Amino acid sequence: MQKLLLLGDEAIAQGAIDAGLSGIYAYPGTPSTEILEYVERNQEAKQKGVKYQWAANEKTAVEMAMGMSYAGKRSMACMKHVGLNVAADPFMNSTITGANGGFIVVVADDPSMHSSQNEQDSRFYGKFAMMPIFEPSSQQEAYDLVHYAYNLSEKYSIPVMFRITTRLAHSRAGVMRRKTKDQNEFKLPANLRQYVLLPSFARQRYSELLEKQDDLEKESVSSGVNQYHDAADKSLGIIACGLAYNYLLENFEDQVVPHPVLKLSQYPVPTKLVKTLYDECDEILVLEDGYPLVEELLKGLLDHGKKVKGRLDGTIPRQGELNSNIVAQSLNIDEKFGSEIPGIMVNRPPSFCPGCSHIDSYVALNEALTGYSEGRIMSDIGCYTLAALPPFQTINSCVDMGASITMAKGLADAGEVPAVAVIGDSTFTHSGITGLLDAVNDNSPITVLILDNETTGMTGGQPSAALGKIEKICMGVGVEEDHIRVLTPLKKYHEENVKAIKEELEYKGVSVIIPRRECIQTIGSKLKAKAAQKEAENKTSVESHIN
Amino acid sequence: MKKDIILAGVGGQGILSIATVLGYIAVKKELNLKQSEVHGMSQRGGDVSSHLRISDKTIASDLIPKGKADMIISVEPLESLRYLPWLSADGWIIVNETPFKNVPNYPDVDKIHELIKSQPQHILLDAENLAKKAGTIRSANMVILGASSPFLSFEDELYEEAMNAIFGKKGEAIVQKNIKAFYSGKEIASQSILQ
Repeated sequence: MQKLLLLGDEAIAQGAIDAGLSGIYAYPGTPSTEILEYVERNQEAKQKGVKYQWAANEKTAVEMAMGMSYAGKRSMACMKHVGLNVAADPFMNSTITGANGGFIVVVADDPSMHSSQNEQDSRFYGKFAMMPIFEPSSQQEAYDLVHYAYNLSEKYSIPVMFRITTRLAHSRAGVMRRKTKDQNEFKLPANLRQYVLLPSFARQRYSELLEKQDDLEKESVSSGVNQYHDAADKSLGIIACGLAYNYLLENFEDQVVPHPVLKLSQYPVPTKLVKTLYDECDEILVLEDGYPLVEELLKGLLDHGKKVKGRLDGTIPRQGELNSNIVAQSLNIDEKFGSEIPGIMVNRPPSFCPGCSHIDSYVALNEALTGYSEGRIMSDIGCYTLAALPPFQTINSCVDMGASITMAKGLADAGEVPAVAVIGDSTFTHSGITGLLDAVNDNSPITVLILDNETTGMTGGQPSAALGKIEKICMGVGVEEDHIRVLTPLKKYHEENVKAIKEELEYKGVSVIIPRRECIQTIGSKLKAKAAQKEAENKTSVESHIN
Repeated sequence: MKKDIILAGVGGQGILSIATVLGYIAVKKELNLKQSEVHGMSQRGGDVSSHLRISDKTIASDLIPKGKADMIISVEPLESLRYLPWLSADGWIIVNETPFKNVPNYPDVDKIHELIKSQPQHILLDAENLAKKAGTIRSANMVILGASSPFLSFEDELYEEAMNAIFGKKGEAIVQKNIKAFYSGKEIASQSILQ
């Protein structure tokens, strides 16, 4: 069988399809988006009737996947690291309820913050929830581990976390498929109170979770996923987590490391293997992408014992993504780089696409705000956050999904009137609605702009849960109909748009302004798809003429 | 056989199509491949790069270490310079000369061209003009791919097969324009090497 050339994200999706996946749920977020996208366009998944859905947010995604697992089916929920903050409630409780059908939560971290507001390390969440974690080091391993992880999840009735980072998520390599497994039969939990976390039941479930921990660690020692590679030079022992293993191997001829190495890709941390390394070597170097989780465990609070090197003592920089050059430096390997970047180099930050509706919205908003002091625009997560950069430099916050509305409400409470919120359509339904309700219930003098480009734009144009519903949602929440204004953000309507925004800024209650025009990228993709279809039709008609 | 290639450009310029063609060929030849891509925010007109590693041995890192790239293939002149620390001492840079100016402080183009020409092994070509001659300016990326082909020693038929597979759904005319663009780039590079 020929290898498939897959992104790390896609390898996980293909692994899940082949391991009998029944349902997958996600909210788009770089670098995790391509997992569900792969299932969405995969023909085999279609034939097998695999259910997929872009969820309103990560919390609803995890809960839907939990329901699928409750029914005995294999399920998956996918998100970026900060999405897990949103889904933390069901995530933390999911180890107490346990799983019925195999249940995997995939979380894609973004060290170096290529497309994110922080670089939090999701392994801490996994540890916090006492959930087994897999951290694959390659696309093939990611594919293979999905099969094993589902089995483990069902064997111990526990959800399992997959922790990947941007580099694996968005890197392609050949993947060899293995035998596929049919989907599980529908089968409710043997105990129909298993998921009822009333205190008296929850205490029982929690003690069962605690009891599982020893066995889960034994699996980490014996499964073969974590590998101890012995070597002669014991002046140093190296623990390499996930992708760090590759960066280590890259530095040695024929990938042979002269020191003992523990390749770590399954958690809980296998104490027995770590102890062997610690006992046999003079010093320990810990290589991990993200926060120093293993390093902190090994060092302990008092740091009495052998020297442990890593991110905490400065051997590895405390922040940012790992790479083989950083690892080389930590091993004192001499390297020869190319010439330096010439002094004339300038940064090329991302910018609004030509023709983007957000440009017209911001031009109108800025003009409407002339005369008001600066510093009153709370914004949110999406393409429109680019208004923080030149030429607009207009927004004053970007914190988490939905925070624009609630922060504007707090700002208005503090006396800054009018306070303005700028949020996208998909972000609004993700986490903006409840905040709008808070503002309405307090008749807060805020003006909320919901920039509706009818898609989830920044992540590549996934469907928006808000499509066609925004006015009704706002009315349902209690915004007065007269203060819900729909605009068309185009140059030719500029004057009337400015006028409408000005009027609402003066209103001393909640107004919602909806500048609505489709994303220029999704329009482009639709045109391309149409052209391709036409081409295919032409081809068929030519062929039928020939025949 | 081992080739470490950095593909560079600006979001939207089609560097991933170059990577897709080379990926197709690597799979056909049963070579190992790792190819990191940039998705997300930077694709909106920011600088983007892709690390493409092809080898008959197992490849460890998804990223090319600094100082180890055999080639920088750039569809934009300024972007080719951003990755010089990755270029090995005997590496080549293959660059399209037409700038993509979407920042107000874009440096002087002549100065950029001079810096590229000061690299010991470089090919600087007008890919957009050659693409236009081949039928569509959109195939400038395939001109650049063609210019890199003498250094990769893959058979021409494989490139053609890959372009057929990848652009086929856009129609035969588009495929042919891309193939023509590829050969025009290849010719320029072959002449440069002889000189």
